[in-house]
Amino acid sequence: MSSKRSLRRQFLKNGAALAGLAAGAVSSPATSLFAADTPVTGAEALHAYGERSHFEKDARIGSIAMWPIVPGARRDYGFRSPLQDSIGIITPAPLHFIISHGHEPPDIDPREHRLMIHGMVDRPLIFSLDEIKRLPSVSRLHFLECHGNSATSGPTGDPRKAPDATVQETHGLTSCSIWTGVPLSLLLGHVGVQKGASWIVAEGSEEGKHSKSIPLEKAMDDCLVVYGQNGEALRPEQGYPLRLLVPGWQGINNVKWVRRIYVVDEPYMAMMESTKYPSPRLDGKSRWFESEMGPKSVITRPSGGQQLSARGFYEITGLAWSGGGAIRRVEVSADGGRTWKDAHLQEPIAPKAHTRFGLAWTWNGEEAVLQSRCTDDKGHVQPTLNELAKFWGVGMDYFQLPAATADMGNFNAIQPWKVGRDGSVGNALL
Amino acid sequence: MRYFNLCLALTVCGVTACAAAFAQTPSYSNVGRTPTKEEIQAWNQSIGPEGKELPPGSGTVKEGEKIFSEKCAVCHGPAGEGSQLAPRLVGGRAPLNTPTPSRTLANYWPFATTIWDYINRAMPPKQQGSLGASEVYALTAFILNRNEIIPETQVIDAASLPKVKMPNRDDFIPHDLKDIHDLRARGCSAGHCP
Repeated sequence: MSSKRSLRRQFLKNGAALAGLAAGAVSSPATSLFAADTPVTGAEALHAYGERSHFEKDARIGSIAMWPIVPGARRDYGFRSPLQDSIGIITPAPLHFIISHGHEPPDIDPREHRLMIHGMVDRPLIFSLDEIKRLPSVSRLHFLECHGNSATSGPTGDPRKAPDATVQETHGLTSCSIWTGVPLSLLLGHVGVQKGASWIVAEGSEEGKHSKSIPLEKAMDDCLVVYGQNGEALRPEQGYPLRLLVPGWQGINNVKWVRRIYVVDEPYMAMMESTKYPSPRLDGKSRWFESEMGPKSVITRPSGGQQLSARGFYEITGLAWSGGGAIRRVEVSADGGRTWKDAHLQEPIAPKAHTRFGLAWTWNGEEAVLQSRCTDDKGHVQPTLNELAKFWGVGMDYFQLPAATADMGNFNAIQPWKVGRDGSVGNALL
Repeated sequence: MRYFNLCLALTVCGVTACAAAFAQTPSYSNVGRTPTKEEIQAWNQSIGPEGKELPPGSGTVKEGEKIFSEKCAVCHGPAGEGSQLAPRLVGGRAPLNTPTPSRTLANYWPFATTIWDYINRAMPPKQQGSLGASEVYALTAFILNRNEIIPETQVIDAASLPKVKMPNRDDFIPHDLKDIHDLRARGCSAGHCP
């Protein structure tokens, strides 16, 4: 919470400085505006590998989850991406969200790393990273998203529901990158999948060796074994030196530090997929392997915790994505959902990738409720909270339950932000 | 040269047989090496619901009790009741038809093979791989017994473990493993399944 407050203070400070500038700060010497002749401190250090300007402070925010902070305890944790400051659709790797189920990233020497593909295949093979890089590569834009992102339940449900929640707190467990690697279908073709095979089990190299069952159809369709993210090697917390990418599906499928792919004939019911990720219904039954993330969008500016400095023109902008395909349409309402206007979609619009939208808006100084809804190229429309409740067979009180106890995944309801007369922006979901 | 070989192959064999022969020819020659049987065995820790990969060995509840007190109780509590360091492994049985279901091992986990797989791959922290197969069988037997899923006398091994039916096995949708893969047939749409 303290990091949010400091971010907000930073925002207000910047806002005040800009307001002063707009009013005509005649006393400021020109050099403070155009200080190009003052070199960055330590500029020579930037020649080999660049750093952002020290004026830029965007950072992930962490949330310790599931377990109290006790020395020696394993902790599940999530670190959220600062969507409120996102520019375009690419998330810089150092700001990409992180979920860890209790294990810190392993320190892997890429020369030592191996990927084994075996099981129901004609030719089991072990690959070094160099050998993976000898194969034809592809680069594709894809979002990743934790299946618990934006839900009002779970270990981070309480800050998500707060009236002053930022979009980082409500939706920060999604990011988008251009990933480079080898199609899994190429590797599976190379080893020769045998008749009767129907699933793969992917396994990571970290301490707990997370493993995940994925249907063979999906593996052959669009999955990738990637070593590159946004033009450089994966970061350690993103699976360095090799990870699986399962486009559009729950984050848990995208096995980091992947070392083994086992071709089998049924789901293997590993711990996470069979005990933590099924989604319970109120009748006591649980849906498991829901897999695909639905269409979702959120306005990133103006968004929770931000402050409109004056009446007048603002572009309402945000991100839309769908595990089902490409975003075809985003509509924006500035009057609480009574009327909707089509937003402009920025190129590129890639399947299963964040898509940036924008709509011109003039704030007249009155209260306003801003929200977006997206439609993907399968025609699926992002639901309202009411529609989601109906689909799940729950009452609206379900979303008000103590966050640590209720349990919901793939939450993709429309997110409203309320602009107050004072220009403050708050979370108006509930 | 490749074109010539392909033509020759097409001439010699029938269409079906030829397709099979062609598929068996690796296009990416000398990329990847063939692992030995021992390497595959050493790496392959995955245990599915049928338990095909379960290794030789066996364990009793009594043996498991001893190992548990020595290696697990410090985090999971003396009776597996859980602590601030690690989750509850024993108890927590309660009806699941509530907005706040109890997802404990006894109350929720669908397969006993998952217990074996997870202990073997992930426990104890920082000492993964230190438990022998029979120790993992014994710990699994102990946990199952304390949850009143198997009797005190039952020996757990590769044959008996996959036959243990967990209390919540029948409450997952879809029930049959062969129906899980097809999201469309299940009626899933736009990120939600019925």
